This record gives sequence, structure tokens and C-alpha cells, in this order.
Amino acid sequence: MESLREPIRPLTLDVSDVPSVAFGPSNTTWLANVFYMTIEGMMFALMFASYFYLRTRVQQWPPGHLAPDLRYGVANAVVFILSVIPARWVQKRAPSGDRAAIRIGLMVLAAFALLATAIRVFEFTTLNCRWSDDAYSSTLWVLIGMHAGHLATELIETLVLLAVAFTDKMEGTRLADAAINSDYWYFVVVTGLLNFIFIYGLPRVI
Amino acid sequence: MATTEPVIANEKDAHDTELASRLARTWYQPRGVWGWLSNTHHTAVGKRFMVTSFIFLLLGGVLAALMRLQLIKPENSLLGPDLYNQIFTMHGSTMIFLFAVPMMFQGFGVYVVPLMCGARNIAFPRLNLFSYYLYVGGALVLWGGLLTNTGPDVGWFAYVPLSGPQYNPGHRADIWSQMITFTEVSALGVAVCLATTILRYRAPGMTLNRMPILLWEKLTISFMVIFAMPAVMVASGLLLLDRLVGTHFFNPAEGGDVLLYQHLFWFFGHPEVYIIFLPGAAIISTLVSCFSRRRIFGHTPIVVSVVATGFIGFGVWVHHMFATGLPQLSESFFTAASLMIVIPTGVQFFCWLATIWHGRVQMRLPMLWAFGFFFVFLIGGLSGVMLASVPVDTQVHDTYFIVAHFHYVLIGGALFPMFAGLYFWFPKMTGRMPDETLGKWHFWLFFIGFNLTFFTMHFLGLHGMTRRVYTYLPDMHWQGLNRLATTGVAFMTAGLLVFIANVLRSRRLGARAGDNPWGDSGLEWGTSSPPPSYNFLYPPTVNGRDALWDATPDQAVVVGLRDDIREVLVTHSLDSNPQHKDEDPGPSIWPFLASLAVSATFVGSIFTPWAVPYGAPLVIITLIGWLWPRSHSPAPLPERTSWSH
Amino acid sequence: MIAALCVLAQAMPLDPGRHNILRPAAPQGSHIEWLYWVIFWIVFAVYVLMILGFTRAGAKSKSDAIYPLPVFEDKEGDERAKWAVGTAVAVTVVTLFVVLVLSVVTGKKAAGLTSKNPVTIQVIGHQWWWEVVYPNPQADQTVTTANEIHVPVNTPVVILTNSSDVIHSFWVPSITGKRDLLPGYSSAFWIKIEQPGIYRGQCAEFCGLQHAHMGFSVIAQSVEDFQAWQQQQLKPAAEPSNDETGRGRAVFLTHACLMCHTIRGTDAGSHFGPDLTHLASRNMIAAETLPNTRGALAGWILDPQRIKPGAEMAPNSLSPDDLQALLAYLQTLQ
Repeated sequence: MESLREPIRPLTLDVSDVPSVAFGPSNTTWLANVFYMTIEGMMFALMFASYFYLRTRVQQWPPGHLAPDLRYGVANAVVFILSVIPARWVQKRAPSGDRAAIRIGLMVLAAFALLATAIRVFEFTTLNCRWSDDAYSSTLWVLIGMHAGHLATELIETLVLLAVAFTDKMEGTRLADAAINSDYWYFVVVTGLLNFIFIYGLPRVI
Repeated sequence: MATTEPVIANEKDAHDTELASRLARTWYQPRGVWGWLSNTHHTAVGKRFMVTSFIFLLLGGVLAALMRLQLIKPENSLLGPDLYNQIFTMHGSTMIFLFAVPMMFQGFGVYVVPLMCGARNIAFPRLNLFSYYLYVGGALVLWGGLLTNTGPDVGWFAYVPLSGPQYNPGHRADIWSQMITFTEVSALGVAVCLATTILRYRAPGMTLNRMPILLWEKLTISFMVIFAMPAVMVASGLLLLDRLVGTHFFNPAEGGDVLLYQHLFWFFGHPEVYIIFLPGAAIISTLVSCFSRRRIFGHTPIVVSVVATGFIGFGVWVHHMFATGLPQLSESFFTAASLMIVIPTGVQFFCWLATIWHGRVQMRLPMLWAFGFFFVFLIGGLSGVMLASVPVDTQVHDTYFIVAHFHYVLIGGALFPMFAGLYFWFPKMTGRMPDETLGKWHFWLFFIGFNLTFFTMHFLGLHGMTRRVYTYLPDMHWQGLNRLATTGVAFMTAGLLVFIANVLRSRRLGARAGDNPWGDSGLEWGTSSPPPSYNFLYPPTVNGRDALWDATPDQAVVVGLRDDIREVLVTHSLDSNPQHKDEDPGPSIWPFLASLAVSATFVGSIFTPWAVPYGAPLVIITLIGWLWPRSHSPAPLPERTSWSH
Repeated sequence: MIAALCVLAQAMPLDPGRHNILRPAAPQGSHIEWLYWVIFWIVFAVYVLMILGFTRAGAKSKSDAIYPLPVFEDKEGDERAKWAVGTAVAVTVVTLFVVLVLSVVTGKKAAGLTSKNPVTIQVIGHQWWWEVVYPNPQADQTVTTANEIHVPVNTPVVILTNSSDVIHSFWVPSITGKRDLLPGYSSAFWIKIEQPGIYRGQCAEFCGLQHAHMGFSVIAQSVEDFQAWQQQQLKPAAEPSNDETGRGRAVFLTHACLMCHTIRGTDAGSHFGPDLTHLASRNMIAAETLPNTRGALAGWILDPQRIKPGAEMAPNSLSPDDLQALLAYLQTLQ
């Protein structure tokens, strides 16, 4: 039997030694998280812009209400700032695969999230207005409501990761996921602090 | 001596055959109903986006035909005002949200981009599939509304207060709002998938500098979607809150503002039309190069123009509000920006012309449609220059002149390139060539019909006919032009029917296409037509901007990816060097289940806010099911290695 | 292409219609028309050049071989193209800048009337009619009418816009560009009409079921005629002079009419619908939809929903005698 023409053999780029896990910005889930934080960040930015826009449409701000009571807002702001510590700690320990450390870190982070959620419930009651009063109240409630959504989501995500940390599946790319969870927590903290300024600060100042 | 064994030329062929069968097993596409629901491969999902959005093009077209029939004579009684208002709202909403973005961005993007990158699948394939289901959910909500006499009737833009709780009782505007939520979440999901694919899944050697124009465009669009969609989510979300729970964002009596809605909506709305047009322009760039048989002239200026259009597109939204009486200084700013955005589009046109002028043109079917684009879109773009001027706009705003303008840019800028692209990638998707004769009939019928209908509308607008009117008085003297505009419908319908016939016939009986029937340079043409379920036997590497044209005879291929699990290569965003490997999750039913939970929550919240606390746990459960790790990561190695040089 | 243009030309009405942007009857409209033509001819020239270019480029196409021709390079052509494209971009930038300047200048001219003593008219949009008020510090000097706006020629007129419900848009194509009527905002713009006449306008922002039938007219009169009209409008309604018109007024005041309409000088004082005190002085009814004739008025009163389905006015069942008496009374309201 005749053999066919000898095909030209292509050169090869061998990627067998390329690692199977990536941490930090190389990780694709990290990138997706950044995109989603951008999307949600845009929503907050647009709400902040709407806040300023609506401010220009009335003489008095808040219009006919007391500004929201400070105590729960300040409490949550403190909780948010302090929570950065466990979040950062988990992020640093995760790549090493130290499951015990990850469990502790996620537990502490979850505790902070739970505390913030509880305080948030009280925050809703001391805003000194109802969402259906006027545009100012509506804006405040939407800002705090949106953030509550993120807080709840992050709490659940942390708890789920904590559950995974008790199985043997907390390895490889899931370690990266645990680290990326902290990035989302930072987003919750930053938007929480910005919200604090808009809800508690600006009505007393502008 | 007869033999039933395939002739093996040498050991490389034997190895390739073995590798192909192993990859086919690992990258299997599941069958049956369960398989259809859980298939996460981008070629399947991309085709689904295209077919589904095409169906909505046809449905939207039927609505348009009804409108034209109603307007054929003054005081016509075919459609009363309520039905007409629902129909024109549905026409606009269907065309923009259920056809244009799902086809131009999601359909073409999901199918072509991973192949053009040289990847085995799209990034985040389950998110991609989930996005498809949400799109379908939104479509069902909107059309379910129409079919139950709850169709939205406030225009595709749903201005307040007309769409607010006081003037739109019932659930019509709620249905519109939630359709927006569905389709925007869907578009955002695909944007995240495509942006990640383009930044991280490109073939080694495809540096940013060597990236084809279409990938630059999809990357730009993905970013535009990420920044623009939140604005319409906020606008429609606040509208929904005003309607359902009594907030006052848009109620002037309680400190709200009607223009706030317009600003939020158009901050999305203007980038949206570029999200629809730029994919068309990128298809044209691809075709102009391929059918002039040379590299595109001005690759870098075109890339810069695409990105610049993306940026400037965010700075022109107020030109939709020139009739509201804003301060002259801000109006002048937006006039300047709206004129400025003409420049990058002009650059693209000049580069295309230069490429064709200095090329050896082969006027195949896709190129014929590209020329149709030149003739049609240009009219729309130039009438846009007229509209950028505030004084002129204050006269023609909200008249049929505007209707003519945007149909020229949308049909010229998206539909013509869409047909061009569908004919172009048809061989890749089906393995067969489209019929050229039928394609030409399709083209001329559609071209003539389109111009009959929409060129006439420029005059109707100049004669003072306003938009969104279900009828008009006889002594306005608009009958003649309206009659002429309606005749175009017959031609366009005929053209579309010819297209459908072409697709159905050519799928089975068209000439068989090889890997690269058009001789194009994109990586998608470096694999079989249609591609196997693993896209490439060996993932390619790239040597230049026009991948297949710049490839050397012994152009390197990637080896070392496992064939017993679905392994994909992740490369660096800028220099595309291999960085690490990801495991593609394979088929999964969770995107479908999660979309059911999310849909139930969204639809329920139209009727009661309690749908949110009841629906959220369902969503959480499905998301946990989706994300819960089932296997070890990284997957353990099998006993023996399965690849060799 | 020629055939298509011929067909198109034949479809053009000989009478350009009552609403034509390119037949302005006021200086503002003229400024805008001028600008329109300047920009039109510029873009027309661009279009012709580009199309000639693409046609020539495409006409050089090779007979389509079934197989793709080989890929090639044309370095010399690319060099020439660089100059050509560069020049084209530069010309584009300059042209756009010229358009910008002309546009801003025209905008200033069109908006730029100032006067110490304009005639002020408030136009308030309703679903689906226009409330027209000539405000005056003294209440009894304030003219209130509907759907018909009278202005004196050669006098600056300020229109103050507002809306009582949804967004509408005030547009008289032969006079000037449109302005939206936004609830919560009062936006002012000027017009000045130089030739007497009747100019039709139409609502130009989708406002619901009867957006299509929300027209109005602007009637420009000599200063004397305008003042006479104003004086007439200030008078209360004419008293009935015979039994039939007396009966007609009684019908008006005992049926649903007075729940929505005002006739000054009677007990009917509701502002929900148009002011009818001088209904008979108007040319059209139902927001420029029907002529103000006895027959049309009868049809409108008996069943407005047949003419404007969705309008806020409900049908009225009246006996033939009541209807005739009512019509007789309404026709006295000059």
C-alpha cells in the first residue's frame, strides 16, 4: 500500500506543566467577580447620582423629616471597618490550603456579617421615614435595601464556603474561591460606608 | 484486496484519530430533553440565541406589518387605540430587547468568539446557558402579557408618568419592567462570559495587538453592557417600586422628578443602540477584509474607533431630550458630543472603502449584504448628523423623520450585517454553503422593500406626522405617503420568506463546505465545519493579526491539555502566554433550574412583593446546587498519560 | 432608483399639508428651515461621494470564482490610502465643526427674542386636550379657553408650559420647534408670528390612548382683532334668550356636563374638562378633531367614545328634544 504524502508536523507548545490552580488576578473567577462588582457598583453610583439630582428638586433636605438616627448606622460602619481584618486574613491564608485557618477565618467573617445583618434590621426602623413618604425617603430606603441585599448574599456565600470548608472539597480552585469571597466582602464594606455617608451624613450637611 | 480499515498514512494520523475519539468522549454533547436543557457548549447555546432571536425578529415584523396596515388610510378601524398602543410598544421592545441584542451581541458573540480565540469553550459556560434561559423567560413574560391583554402600552421606553401607577393601572408596565430585568441580567451574564473569554482564553500568540477587530468589538460591547445595563435596571426598577410599593421617585407631587427617569433611561438607551450597531460594524470589517482578499486597511484606527465609539456613546444621551427645554449650554455640549461620535464611524467607513478600493473584490453573498449596509446605514448615519443639531431636532423629534432615521441605522447597521454574518458563518455552523441565487433574491426584495417603507417616512416626518399615532385625520394629507410606506412591507416579507427557505434548504442540500470555504483568516476557519464538540483537535497558536493568513506551515499547536477531563487553557490578558488551566464544568441542569427559580421570583414580584422573600430561598438553593463542588479540584491524574508529541 | 424616485414623487401630495416644517410661517421656523437645508446639502454631498466611491470600488470586483482568490498585499495602495483617509478624516472633522457652530448660532437666533412686554400664555396639557390661560394678576382679567390659542401678529409671545398629568409636547410645525409639557416643570419659550393665519399644532409626545387626536391651533390676528377677541373671552356666558336655549342650559346643568366643564356665569365650575364659556367662538372641537358644527357637536356629546375611544368624556343619553335644546344653547356661547 502506498503511503500518502508526508504531512508537515507542526511545532508544539507543551502546556502540561502549566499549573491547574491560580490565585489572585490570574484566576478567571476573580475577573468575573470584578465585573459583577463593577455592575453593582454602577447601580450604586446611579442611585447616588439620583440622590443628588432629587436634592436639587426640593428646598429642604430632608424634606419634612428628621435625619435618620445615628446609632445603628454608626454601629454598622464600625462593624464594616473591623470586618476587613478577618476578610483579609482569610484571603492571605487561603492559598496555602490551611483548612483549619480557613474555617476559623470564615467563621469570624460570617459572625461579622451576621452582626451587621442584625444591626441592619434595626437600622430600617430608625430611618425616621417610610419609603412611601416622598422621593427622599424612597431613595434612602432603596439605598439601604440594595445594600441589605448584598449583605445578605455575602453572608450566605460565606456560610456556604464555610460548609465546604468542613468537607474534603476545600482544595484547589475552591481555595481561590474562598479568597475571592473576601473581595466581595470589601465591596460590601465600601458600599456600606458610602451608603453611610449618603444616608446619615448628607441629610445633615446639604 | 479490499479493506474496511481507514488508510493510516503514518503514526501522526493514527494518534490524531485516537485523540479525536478521546476528546469526543470527554467533550460529549448530551442528548435528549435533559441533554438539550443541560448542554453548556457555546456552539449549541450560540445557535439557540440566534434561532430564538430570529423568531422574535419575525414576530416583531408581524407587529410592524399590522401597524402599517392600520396606517394605510386615515381613520382606519383595523386596530383601535388600545391595541395599537400595545402593538407599537411590543414592536419596539421585541426588536430591541428580544432580537437586536440577543442576536448581534449574544448570538454572534457566543458562537463565534470562543472559536475565534482558539478556545475549546466559552468562559463560565453555565452562566452562559443560564443567560439564555433568562432571555427566554423575559420573552415569554412580555409576549404572555400581549396574549393576555396585559401587553405594555406605553412605548418601548415607558416614560413616566404615563407608565406610572396613576396613569397605567394594572400590570402592563410591570410586565415591561420585568422583561427588562430578565433581558438585562441575561445580557450582563453573557458580557461577563465574553469579556473573560476574550481576555483570558485567547490562543497563545494572540497578543492584544494581534487580536481581530471582532474580538476588540465584543470586548468593547461587553464593557458597554456592564456600564449601561445597570442604568435601565435602575430606571425600570424604580418604576416598578413606584408602581408596586408606593415609592415616589417619579412623582413630582412628592419631590420626585419625571426627567430623572429620562436621564437614567437614556444613559442606557444611547449606548444600547451602539451595542446593537458596533457588532454589525465589526462583521463588516471581517467581511471587507475576507472578500477583498487582503488585510483590512487601518486595523489600528478601526480598533481605536470602535473603542472610542464605546466611550463617546456614553456622553450623548441628552440628545434624546432636546425637546424638554434644558439649558442651552448643556444642549450645545451634547450636540458637540453627538457630532464628535460621527468621526470614529467615519474613520471606519473610510478604512473599509480603502480596503475595497485596493483589494480584489469577490462579490459573494456576504459581501453583497455588506454593500447593502454601506448604502443603507450611511443614510441613517447622515440623517443623524442633522438630528444632532438642536434646532433641527426640535422640529423633527417625535416625528416619522426620527422613525426613518433609526430604522436606517438599526436595519442598515444591524440587520444587513446580521444577514451578511449569517450567510458568512452558515457554512461553519452547518457544514454546507448557502444558496447564492436565493440569497440574491432575498437581498434585492428586502433592499427595495426597506427603502420603499422607510425612505418615505423622512417625508412624512417633514410633513408633520407625529409618531405613535394610531390614526390621522384625512385633511392632513398624509395618506399618499403612508400608502407608499405600507407597500414596502410586502417586499420585505417576501425577502424574509426567501431567507428562511434558503436556510432550510441549504442545511440539507447545500454544497458541502470545507473548513474554510471563504478563505478567511479567523481561527474559527481552522477547524472543521461544523466544529467538533471540542472545537479544535489541537488548540492553535497565532503568529499575526490575520491568524490563518499569517500562520507558518508548521505553526505550533498546543499540546499537554488533558483529554480525559475538559481542560481549557487560560492565557495572559495582554501577551497571551499560557498561565494556568481551568476545568470546564461540562453539561449541567443547574442553570435551567436556577433560571426557573429566578423567573418565578421575577414574575411573582409583578403581583406581590412577597414573591421576593419566598422566591429568594429557591434561588439560593439552586445556586448552591450549581456551585457546590462535586469533584476534586484539580482532577486527579489517570493511571497513564494520554498524550505524546 | 430613478423609477423609485418617480413613484415617490407621485405619492407626494400636491398640497404639502397643514403641518409642514419646510413651509415655515414665522422667523423661528425659517431659521430652522435654513439650517435644515444647509446640513441637508452637506450630508447629501457626503452621501453621493461615498456611494460613488463604494460603487466604483465594488465594480472592480472579479467575476466570482467559486474558490477564494489568493490573499495579497498592496503596499503602494496602502500608502496612497493613508493620505486619502487622513484627508477624509480631516475634512470630516472640519465639516462637523462647521455644523456645530451653525447649529449653536441658529439655536440662539431661534430662541433669542426678548421683550419687556410679551403676551404671556400658559399652556397646560391634559389627556387629551389643551388648557389655555392668559394669566393676569386680576382674576377677572384672566382668559381661560381650550385648544385654540390666539396671538397678536408681530408681538413676542411667551408660552409657559406645564402638564396636569403625563408628558405632552407642544408643536406647531410652521412656527417653531416643539417643547415638552412636563408635570412638575414650567418651561418657557418664545414665538413671534409675522403673518396672520391659522396654524395647526399637534401633541408630539406619546400621552396615551388619544395622543393621535390631540391637536390644537394657533390663530394669529391683528392686534385690534386680538384685543377684541380677548375682551369677548372675558365676558361671562351669554344668557339664554328664548325657551329653547333656556331649556338647553337647564339640560347642561342637570346632566353630567357640569361635573367636568365650566361655563362662567352659571353654576358649572369644574376644571376637569375644557372651559366651554365661549365654545361657539372656536373653529374646532375635541382638540382639533371635529369641526365646530351642530352635527359634529351632537355626535360628540352623544358618544365621544366613538370618535375618541378612551377619552375622559363618557357618552350621554339625551332625548332628541333635550339634545336640540342643548345644542341651541351651546351655539349661543360665542
